[in-house]
Amino acid sequence: MGWYNKRLAKSLWVFHVSGSPCNNCDIEILDLLTPRYDIERLGIKLVGSVRHADVLLVTGVFNKKIAPKIKKIYEQAPKPIFVVAIGTCVSGGCCFKDSYNMVEKREEFIPIDMYVPGCPPKPEAMIEAVAKLVGVLNG
Amino acid sequence: MIAWILFHLFVFPGMLFTGILGLLIGWFDRKLSARFQFRKGPPLFQNFNDFFKLLGKETIIVKEAVKSVFIIAPLAAFAVLTLISTIIGLALFYQRGFGGDIIVVMYLTMTFSVMVILGGSATGNVFSSIGAGREMKLLLADELAFIIILLVPIIKSGYQIRFDQIIAVQQASGPFIGSASGIIAFIIGMLCIQAKMTLAPFHIPEAETEIVEGPFMEYSGPLLAFWKLNHYMMYVIFPFLLILLFWGGFQFQGIGILWAVLKYVLIVTVMIIIKNTNPRIRIDTALNFFWRYASPVAFIGVILAVLGV
Repeated sequence: MGWYNKRLAKSLWVFHVSGSPCNNCDIEILDLLTPRYDIERLGIKLVGSVRHADVLLVTGVFNKKIAPKIKKIYEQAPKPIFVVAIGTCVSGGCCFKDSYNMVEKREEFIPIDMYVPGCPPKPEAMIEAVAKLVGVLNG
Repeated sequence: MIAWILFHLFVFPGMLFTGILGLLIGWFDRKLSARFQFRKGPPLFQNFNDFFKLLGKETIIVKEAVKSVFIIAPLAAFAVLTLISTIIGLALFYQRGFGGDIIVVMYLTMTFSVMVILGGSATGNVFSSIGAGREMKLLLADELAFIIILLVPIIKSGYQIRFDQIIAVQQASGPFIGSASGIIAFIIGMLCIQAKMTLAPFHIPEAETEIVEGPFMEYSGPLLAFWKLNHYMMYVIFPFLLILLFWGGFQFQGIGILWAVLKYVLIVTVMIIIKNTNPRIRIDTALNFFWRYASPVAFIGVILAVLGV
């Protein structure tokens, strides 16, 4: 699968799963598409439908209400699919980590491949995460 | 003989040539669009990477979908486009035609839209159904003007519907685009192919921000790869058709090769400029535009062609 993974690494289509975020990470994700960062030069495209996606960017507080819905979206995506957790909320819970409605183990719902902490993470950090993913795929 | 037919269908003017050229021109489109937005744009073989990546992904057949139509629609559309590209390519590169070229091409381009409608409505998704419905309305809108402008080269070439004879007439007495009726028909033709390829401002059926790619929303994996390839193949077919009908085809001696490439790139560039400088219009605006303005103007072109101007 080496050849196929190289193709996959060069065209990662990204789908944006916003699970009850405060919109800050979402705005930073959209920043990646603007002329300043232009992530299309790495072959990355933001797609509107989860059926076209290779990477799910999950943002927002991972609480009990949204977790089953994120799991449903994950199951609707065609495999192979990667999940990148954007922001401190998904990674560590941020200031909501002691809340009564937080999910204790996120990994029981979806396997998360990569965490990008930050509130919100800088676009450079997200590009670095994507570059790491590409590096893993290239072997 | 059979071997040659298969070669033409699968390799040179047909499947392989059109597919590869289409994906390369698709890169040109994405790169130029990126430059319009002051971005850098994707690398050269981006569309090939996308295509091969999609071929290796999982295909999800939706539970509510009509399974057979869902699978057959993109493949049938691909077959239709291969056939159109073979007919047009044979006329352009080998000066060959058969009985009713224009009529067959007209029907086949319509069949492609029908395949999009079938594929979109087979998925059982609301957004796909909306997209399919819009595709149908857009087909009704642009088809009238498209058929009327196809009459102009027929009339000007002395009522010939064979592509090779249309090219022969143009090479003997200058391309049709040099005359008043020819330039009118060419401009309306540019707008019609913009609508047939569902590029902006006529990307109403697959509006990404509004109904998430419309008919193609539920497709994934290889079937989506074929839809993407179909879209890029049309970047070859429709400009070639316009060059063939109005701009005298290609001459492949000496400087003619450069001129042929320039003609093609110029038409594609104009299409991309229109695409990047126009917002999406509503479906009723599109219908209004094609039926109230484009078709009467195209009809004036036909009258001028009959008068010999």
